[in-house]
Amino acid sequence: MATAPRFWRENPSRYNLVGVECHNCGRHFFPPRSICPVCHRKSVGKMEKVKLKGEGKIFSLTEVQESPEEISMQKPYVLAMVELVEGARVSGQVIDCDACDLEIGTPVRVTLRKLSEEGPSGIIHYGYKFVPLKEKAP
Amino acid sequence: MRRVAVIGIGDTEFGELWDSSFREIGIQAGLIAVADANISADKIDALFVGNMSAGRFIEQEHIGALIADYSGLARDHIPATRVEAAGASGGLALRQGFQAVASGLHDIVVVGGAEKMTDVSDTESSMIQSSAADQEWETVLGATFPALHALIARRHMHQFGTTREQLADVAVKNHKNGSLNPKAQFQREITRETVLSSPVVSSPLRVFDCAPSSDGAAAVVLCPLDQAKKYTDMPIEIAGSGQASDTLSLHDRKDICTMEATRVAAKRAFDMAGISHKDIDVAEVHDNFTISEILAIEDLGFFNKGEGGKATEAGLTALEGQVAVNTSGGLKARGDPIGATGLAQAVEIVTQLRGTAGKRQVKDATIGLAHNVGGTGATVVVHVLRRV
Repeated sequence: MATAPRFWRENPSRYNLVGVECHNCGRHFFPPRSICPVCHRKSVGKMEKVKLKGEGKIFSLTEVQESPEEISMQKPYVLAMVELVEGARVSGQVIDCDACDLEIGTPVRVTLRKLSEEGPSGIIHYGYKFVPLKEKAP
Repeated sequence: MRRVAVIGIGDTEFGELWDSSFREIGIQAGLIAVADANISADKIDALFVGNMSAGRFIEQEHIGALIADYSGLARDHIPATRVEAAGASGGLALRQGFQAVASGLHDIVVVGGAEKMTDVSDTESSMIQSSAADQEWETVLGATFPALHALIARRHMHQFGTTREQLADVAVKNHKNGSLNPKAQFQREITRETVLSSPVVSSPLRVFDCAPSSDGAAAVVLCPLDQAKKYTDMPIEIAGSGQASDTLSLHDRKDICTMEATRVAAKRAFDMAGISHKDIDVAEVHDNFTISEILAIEDLGFFNKGEGGKATEAGLTALEGQVAVNTSGGLKARGDPIGATGLAQAVEIVTQLRGTAGKRQVKDATIGLAHNVGGTGATVVVHVLRRV
């Protein structure tokens, strides 16, 4: 079981989807990194934190039936790789939907939810998940 | 750079080896390899050990010294180094040994790989395997190791029309090969039905799409090629060695259906050996999931991108196919004791090139390849081996 700081220090990105923009080439990255893999040293000091819009499309997805213990209450759950409008891709759960209604290309937006909890008296971890942007037409 | 040969090979049975400890299996493989090379202990200049996570599987770090000690080499004070790159730990240890001999630093080097995975529960084992992915931005969000490979599979099916049945065909072929390997963890043939009716782990991947947790070890002995005839009539040259890295997280890859590190590592190994993918007769590739083998046979150049599933279905990767893939049974059927896998691949290729693979022998195999992957493709090591 990890100590609180390990999760606490990542909260800005986990709660608010804070990434970075390279002011040398304009590319966006999530989570923040201090060196742009395209611009290398030219990007140092030019990677500025930016809150991403949290909108994107499902790039790939899976329904997870076997999961780690801390999140076994949530299974089965849908895990997706989401391509954000800014171009960066992230991994996260897609919730409040029927797995069958989701496909590659389905638009989603970010939401804040409980990720996991460390037992009945431990820390509860929150972070981003995704919901379908709008109900599919019947 | 000196040319390097494999002069000895050894491996344990792979499986749930409850009555053997980590150190016992490690030493067993090493002893077989040293006996095969017909060398005495005082000849050994250095030891490299591939191991992913003994710290978490058996709560034991400092594996290099441990294996050297229980191999009876403590009083010789040889350099003993543990090498880690998740699933590619074994292949990377082999590369370290290759570099040590090629550079002229050492003459006789033993490279081993070992993992003891069944001393923890299956759930714990899965979590340890997931640590090869990004803990902060994949695992914590629910991306298990099978789930990440399921994302690749789903995308590959979407982009190229790869079918669920074609994924199953990878497992069917590898179990068939495993049935011919007396050291394989699974020696029973299965059918498409077996795969398609097994429980879903992470859709579309089912239990029979996944390599098992295994205990096991494998080892090789290396020396300069020009000294190899002193020890063996049939040295096998490591003609090429390539290594490449990529983003740790799958979602940061340019294209999740291509393992760029495989392409780059393979090109480096092929260039060093002065060959192309067309020259490969037999290949051990990293099929920790069925989809992984499909990506591998495409990215190594055997088949065009998107055609790996069709090629498998058509039998082109079977024992008598265009290129025999995973003749040992692969990770799927031979078993996948993580740190041992890269060495087990080398042992199988050497066995094939020596012509001693018995019922699973590929006819006239002269050039073989071993492809070892860490994580979802953040480290890839490729070796080309050749009969001399």
